[in-house]
Amino acid sequence: MSEALLAARGIRKSFGEHEVLRGVDLDVRRGQVIALIGPSGSGKTTLLRSLNGLETPSAGTLELDGGPSLDFARPVPKAQRFALRDRSAMVFQHHNLFPHLTVLQNVVEGPVQVRRVPRAEAEARALGLLERVGLADKRDAYPRQLSGGQQQRVGIVRALALGPDLLLFDEPTSALDPELVGEVLTVMKELADEGWTMVVVTHELSFARAVANEVLFLDGGVVLERGAPRDLFTDPQQERTRQFLHRILNPLD
Amino acid sequence: MDWALFSSSFWPIVRGGLTGTIPLALASFAIGLVLALGIALMRLSTHPVVSWLGRAYVSLIRGTPLLVQLFVVFYGMPSIGIVINPWPSAIIAFSLNVGGYAAEVIRAAILSVPTGQWEAAYTIGMPRVTTLRRIVLPQAARVSVPPLSNTFISLVKDTSLASLILVTEAFREAQNIAAFSNEFMLLYLEAALVYWLICTVLSFGQTRIERRLERYV
Ligand SMILES: Nc1ncnc2c1ncn2[C@@H]1O[C@H](COP(=O)(O)OP(=O)(O)O)[C@@H](O)[C@H]1O
Ligand SMILES: [Mg+2]
Repeated sequence: MSEALLAARGIRKSFGEHEVLRGVDLDVRRGQVIALIGPSGSGKTTLLRSLNGLETPSAGTLELDGGPSLDFARPVPKAQRFALRDRSAMVFQHHNLFPHLTVLQNVVEGPVQVRRVPRAEAEARALGLLERVGLADKRDAYPRQLSGGQQQRVGIVRALALGPDLLLFDEPTSALDPELVGEVLTVMKELADEGWTMVVVTHELSFARAVANEVLFLDGGVVLERGAPRDLFTDPQQERTRQFLHRILNPLD
Repeated sequence: MDWALFSSSFWPIVRGGLTGTIPLALASFAIGLVLALGIALMRLSTHPVVSWLGRAYVSLIRGTPLLVQLFVVFYGMPSIGIVINPWPSAIIAFSLNVGGYAAEVIRAAILSVPTGQWEAAYTIGMPRVTTLRRIVLPQAARVSVPPLSNTFISLVKDTSLASLILVTEAFREAQNIAAFSNEFMLLYLEAALVYWLICTVLSFGQTRIERRLERYV
């Protein structure tokens, strides 16, 4: 087993009266790919955003190998939240590329403005990454000139450019036309093969089956079931998991 | 129609426009915009006192006549011992006024930028101020060009009020010529024509800027 990268314990999150996460444990080891599945509203996005500091849980602890270590029972200092954010990078469902910047500018914005990497160096690195996802020729295009699949691949490159330890994906293909899904999943599979550590919220079961080391089924703010994709998909132990998988595979029933 | 008077007074009015109206409008607009950005950010602050101050400012400016604001600065301030010359008075009053109106435009434009943009900037490690400067304001600027252009064109016309505090601009030139020639109708229509020409040119400029900004989004 490879070393632990992230350990989350008892993560809870409420929005007002509504408790969306009700005690979630999550362990991620380096190089692992974790797939989060579950019905709409089960808290998948909220959990993912908590790992990046976009949401601050109401309770629980979050520990990253090499820091920071956060206890949400107390107010979390800003510096710790920033440290958490700097360890991970998020790929959004709707890419959230910066529309006023070109592809290349989108990718180097973080390294240049935040990490103070010299522009030439950041651009060289960005071009290498764009090359790898087949978009080097789009370097001067604006996001709106790209297809949905291309936009999402730029979103992935923007996340990679910061060299994070953990890549977070929130349903990266669910806003795409069906014929564009493959190109994004292919890139994600290549990243997994290269050893990137990833937590992926997805409804693409074939992707999860092929790439994930572990699948977590989230329902009503708790992890109802977890296991290797082979086991969880073919022989779910919980009735809720069975129903959910059945609904995804047979939407007309 | 006295064409000789019309043509001999045309240049003085235009000159009043070039040396009075337009510089006055440009200076007030530039200062007003800086002020407006500050007020807009105050309005958006999560600090209740700060946002209340911003709201109070906007309410005061928008709830009182520009002419009254102008008179307070030029004729009112001397009674508390502060005498300000016509030009600075006009620039102060118009800047404060633009600050109030443009603040609402800028605030709305900032709010129109999707939260996903803030979040994307956050996840690449940007502090709030950098996010505002690099990500949000450039997009907000695009949205606020049409309403701000309208604010500017209104301002150009409103500067005619400065004639009432003795600033020499297009309308005051027309008034002066009208006073000794007694051709009020002719001169005031001529002044109207000059304002109309200026505003038409500005509208062309506005359209061009908007086209250029349409490259993205
Ligand atoms: N900022 C928020 N304010 C209030 N409620 C929220 C907020 N974000 C999410 N929720 C609620 O939390 C629940 C879980 O949301 P989410 O984590 O997005 O679920 P999922 O991604 O699994 O569909 C939903 O009921 C949603 O309405
Ligand atoms: Mg979601």
